[in-house]
Amino acid sequence: MTPLHLHEHWTALRTIVTKEVLRFARIWVQTVLPPVVTMALYFIIFGGLIGSRIGEMDGYRYMDFIVPGLIMLAVITNSYANVVSSFFSSKFQRHIEELLVSPVPNSLIILGFVGGGVARGLTVGVAVTLVSLFFSPLSVHSIPVTLSVVVMTSIVFALAGLINGVFARSFDDISIMPTFVLTPLTYLGGVFYSVSLLPGFWQDVSKLNPILYMVNTFRYGLLGTTDLSLWVSYAIIIAFIVGLYVFALNLLNRGVGVRT
Amino acid sequence: MRHTGIAQEKDKDQGMMTAALEIRGLHKTYRNGFEALKGIDLTVAPGSFFALLGPNGAGKSTTIGIVTSLINKTSGSVRVFGHDLDRDLQEVKRSIGLVPQEFNFNTFEPVGEIVVNQAGYYGIPRREAWRRAQHYLGELGLWDKRKDMARTLSGGMKRRLMIARALVHEPRLLILDEPTAGVDIELRRSMWDFLRNINCDGRSIILTTHYLEEAERLCRNIAIIDRGRIVENTTMKSLLTKLDTETVVLDLLAPVQQLPVHDSIVLRGIDELTVEADIHRGESLNTLFHLLDKEKIQVQSMRNKTNRLEELFIRMTQAPKTRGRDMQTSQ
Ligand SMILES: Nc1ncnc2c1ncn2[C@@H]1O[C@H](COP(=O)(O)OP(=O)(O)O)[C@@H](O)[C@H]1O
Ligand SMILES: [Mg+2]
Repeated sequence: MTPLHLHEHWTALRTIVTKEVLRFARIWVQTVLPPVVTMALYFIIFGGLIGSRIGEMDGYRYMDFIVPGLIMLAVITNSYANVVSSFFSSKFQRHIEELLVSPVPNSLIILGFVGGGVARGLTVGVAVTLVSLFFSPLSVHSIPVTLSVVVMTSIVFALAGLINGVFARSFDDISIMPTFVLTPLTYLGGVFYSVSLLPGFWQDVSKLNPILYMVNTFRYGLLGTTDLSLWVSYAIIIAFIVGLYVFALNLLNRGVGVRT
Repeated sequence: MRHTGIAQEKDKDQGMMTAALEIRGLHKTYRNGFEALKGIDLTVAPGSFFALLGPNGAGKSTTIGIVTSLINKTSGSVRVFGHDLDRDLQEVKRSIGLVPQEFNFNTFEPVGEIVVNQAGYYGIPRREAWRRAQHYLGELGLWDKRKDMARTLSGGMKRRLMIARALVHEPRLLILDEPTAGVDIELRRSMWDFLRNINCDGRSIILTTHYLEEAERLCRNIAIIDRGRIVENTTMKSLLTKLDTETVVLDLLAPVQQLPVHDSIVLRGIDELTVEADIHRGESLNTLFHLLDKEKIQVQSMRNKTNRLEELFIRMTQAPKTRGRDMQTSQ
């Protein structure tokens, strides 16, 4: 790659990311507002109304315990949703062809869509965090851990959304994964409870759920407590990023879902 | 259009012989087993205005799709200005601008941004991209619409938007797949003028069409494709000279009993008030009128039976068996 091409590629990447950000920003009432409203309801119901009867979880007020998990839940679902719907509709309306005929390498197409997904994930994450301030004081135990794990988790699910978008053939296909895989795994990933409450067998099963590691690490970043090893968590997250990226690149290089 | 200088200079340096497009032995079998291209060879000279003509389903869009890397080929080779599609994909992509048959932009994006984003994909910085967008959208009468959502444009405007988008990175080869489908007559004319100008500036153009007048009016070179095979690849002029007769239909004022006989004009009665005349190439229409005058045959009106190209086209693309039968019945 010559320096000239590097410069061109940088322009191309910026173009894709800007376009992706504008896409969800234009329709913020459909993309940013709903998760914020939903999370506010979670805070009120689980944290405020029910939480006061639950008492403590892992030594924290129940409300304080669930805030990190709910922020993560919002980041995960929005990173995923942004890329899966953007990529699928670009296939559906065929404007993915604008990218396919251009000299933008597939790696940059992936980066661009992932950039858009991360932007939406973080936007919603920040908005939910702001709402949470009404219910729970924000404490940050470790800024590097908090930021790194939220960005990396967002990347994982943006990539997963992209892969879903590549395979999707109908609008049904883009809601199957979030409904039947993503949401259950997140709910069972320690958002609402500490896995240490589970009997031994179910604790072991839970440890097969990658989202558990992400939520726990994020909670560690904010509260300074975790049931799991940080290093194992980071290793798992990085392995997912690399694995999903390689898979997505392979799909695009083969033209799966986009070239006949 | 004043942006073609550099590309053309380079072309001259490398010698004018590098074809704008060279296709060899191109096959395409779709996943369902349908063989859409059965070994296509095609050469398009640099600077030419080239028509790929064929009926619906002939394989035009499949060919264009492979050249623009939207469709994977099954076998064969494609070179664009000497760059091989398999080895030098990026250069091939940089050399081509595509106006596809179906609208393929985001209808919820503003017109200007569609063009500017496309420039961005080719690495053109935003300020320069807007300058070019202004130029091409302006030439195509869309600059005033730059802030409108693409979905609010009429069909003809959408087509022109795709032309501006295809030109924004100033490709040396512009490919248009059925560009005037659904565009009304007046707009069609101005689009043709626009394309002619672009071609005069040195850009090579390939257009596919099943609209014969378009090919005849615009293109100096032509290939005819039918059921996945190229049946002809030549200049428009030499193709037209292959036609030795032209048929006109005469509507008469009064019935005639006996039709005159002539060496190079064959008259046939269709019904009592309609006569068809096959006029041999090189024969003047005055001869026909003279002949009719002599027999006191009064003609109310006259029209061409078919576009000549169409006739040729039908002859070339009909299965040999049908063609034989047709010739028998018409004799
Ligand atoms: N994705 C596809 N799968 C199977 N057959 C296809 C596909 N796309 C096109 N075809 C078939 O290939 C043939 C050529 O199509 P196409 O290249 O679009 O023709 P044209 O553009 O000349 O009208 C047609 O018979 C069409 O039905
Ligand atoms: Mg077609």
